[in-house]
Amino acid sequence: MLELKNISFNVSDELGEKEILTDVSLTLEDGKFLVVTGPNGGGKSTLAKIIMGIQKPTGGQILWNGIDITEMSITERAKLGIGYAFQHPPRFKGLSVRGLLSLAHGEDLPEDQCCAYLTNVGLCSKDYLNREVDSSLSGGEIKRIEIATLMARDLKLAIYDEPEAGIDLWSFNMLVESFKGISKSRKESMIIISHQERIMKIADEIAVIANGVVSKKGPAEEIFPELMSQFDNTCTFR
Amino acid sequence: MNKIDKRMLEAVADLHEIPQGAFSLRKNGESTERRSSANIIIEPKKDKPGIDITVKAGTKNESVHMPVIITEAGVNDLVYNDFYIEENADVLIVAGCGIHNSGDQSSEHDGIHRFHIGKNAHIKYVEKHYGEGDGKGDRILNPTTEIYMAENSFCEMESVQIKGVDSTKRDTFAKLEAGARLVILEKLMTHGNQIAHSDMVIELNGEDASSQIISRSVAKDDSEQVFYPRAVGNAKCKAHVQCDSIIMGNAHIRSIPEIAANHCEANIVHEAAIGRINNDQLLKLQTLGKTEEEAEEIIINCFLS
Repeated sequence: MLELKNISFNVSDELGEKEILTDVSLTLEDGKFLVVTGPNGGGKSTLAKIIMGIQKPTGGQILWNGIDITEMSITERAKLGIGYAFQHPPRFKGLSVRGLLSLAHGEDLPEDQCCAYLTNVGLCSKDYLNREVDSSLSGGEIKRIEIATLMARDLKLAIYDEPEAGIDLWSFNMLVESFKGISKSRKESMIIISHQERIMKIADEIAVIANGVVSKKGPAEEIFPELMSQFDNTCTFR
Repeated sequence: MNKIDKRMLEAVADLHEIPQGAFSLRKNGESTERRSSANIIIEPKKDKPGIDITVKAGTKNESVHMPVIITEAGVNDLVYNDFYIEENADVLIVAGCGIHNSGDQSSEHDGIHRFHIGKNAHIKYVEKHYGEGDGKGDRILNPTTEIYMAENSFCEMESVQIKGVDSTKRDTFAKLEAGARLVILEKLMTHGNQIAHSDMVIELNGEDASSQIISRSVAKDDSEQVFYPRAVGNAKCKAHVQCDSIIMGNAHIRSIPEIAANHCEANIVHEAAIGRINNDQLLKLQTLGKTEEEAEEIIINCFLS
């Protein structure tokens, strides 16, 4: 179980101190699928990075299965089974797609398994296995490979930061099906930062983060219709 | 062969034993083993140190291994090797030099290689440089490579210097006739106080000649690297020069790709980049359970692979 207790994150610049997250508390039970949504700049990605350890909170505590992981490094959290798919994944010169998937898996990944993960994200696997994860790949391709690296891991908590961004409609359908499959298996907990209705619909729970605070949280069947009705009447999202 | 010889052979030529086919071994400035095959003739030069290697016309799928190892301090070896690749031949040449220096005097190997590549011939040349030993003496390698390519010939040249060479000055010069294609892939890593300079001049003299030069390097600690590849288009031709370096510690890198065109249909492009390891790359690999040091090693190994 993941417990975020009173998480705050402040940054300082020449204009003074700015609060990105204020007193955020969330709980995610094992095997549950949470979508975090809300307006851009509201603090969603920061929260995801704080869970992975990429950002350190300025206040609060993170518990993973009862253990305080607030001060743990990214590597230590990864070894506990926490994974994070970057919104803007980095590229690696000289590293093949198969090599990256094998690194993610922890050992050499057989070709048929690589192919299965790539197919799950809508990539024709044979064309990609030996390609380098470098600037020759388009934004959509690199994004799908990033998602496949998480699927290739044996995770207890997978965090996807806007997986839909830059992905075409056909691949997106496949992606939604893959998330549905992972969610049904209940093997791993999932947090997806997303603005997509179709992803929200398949979640167990939805949390709305706006202006650095959790403005709503509850079962998807309650929160989703509320959000949709807001969009019908106004363009604000609070 | 003793243990050191075997280790050096493995490092520079991936050899665990003397291979089948044409072979030449040079050790501590002397030619110690030499064997020709039916299609590949290796003969010692009569007027100076070195060998002439002739690959007969039409030879297919054969290879020549010609490692050089230096295991003593104070050796200063200058060698001239000429390769005559006759028309329509297809050959793999694996060269390389390893220096094990446990003494206080420098050991140096300067190989002057000349390739005369016949019409429609196809060669792949792989050269690895490696140094080791705990002596104070420097390990120095200064290769000079001249490549003369006849019509529609193809040459792929891969040079790798990963570890232990204190000082290197590489000079490469190529002349391409019509339809010839030259691909050069240079991979280099320096550390400590090592110095590496690489100069190249590629002249594309015939119609539809083409060349691709890729240089990838990593400079660590206080090491210094200078790259100066030049592509000169004297006919309708295509060339691409790419220098890509990762800089770490207090290293210094200068990268000066130069292109020149003397024909209105010459199409020549250069790219050069120097930068440190991208922080997001390190973070990504850490999210896969690697430590920062492991992540750095993976990034460098992939970059130079």
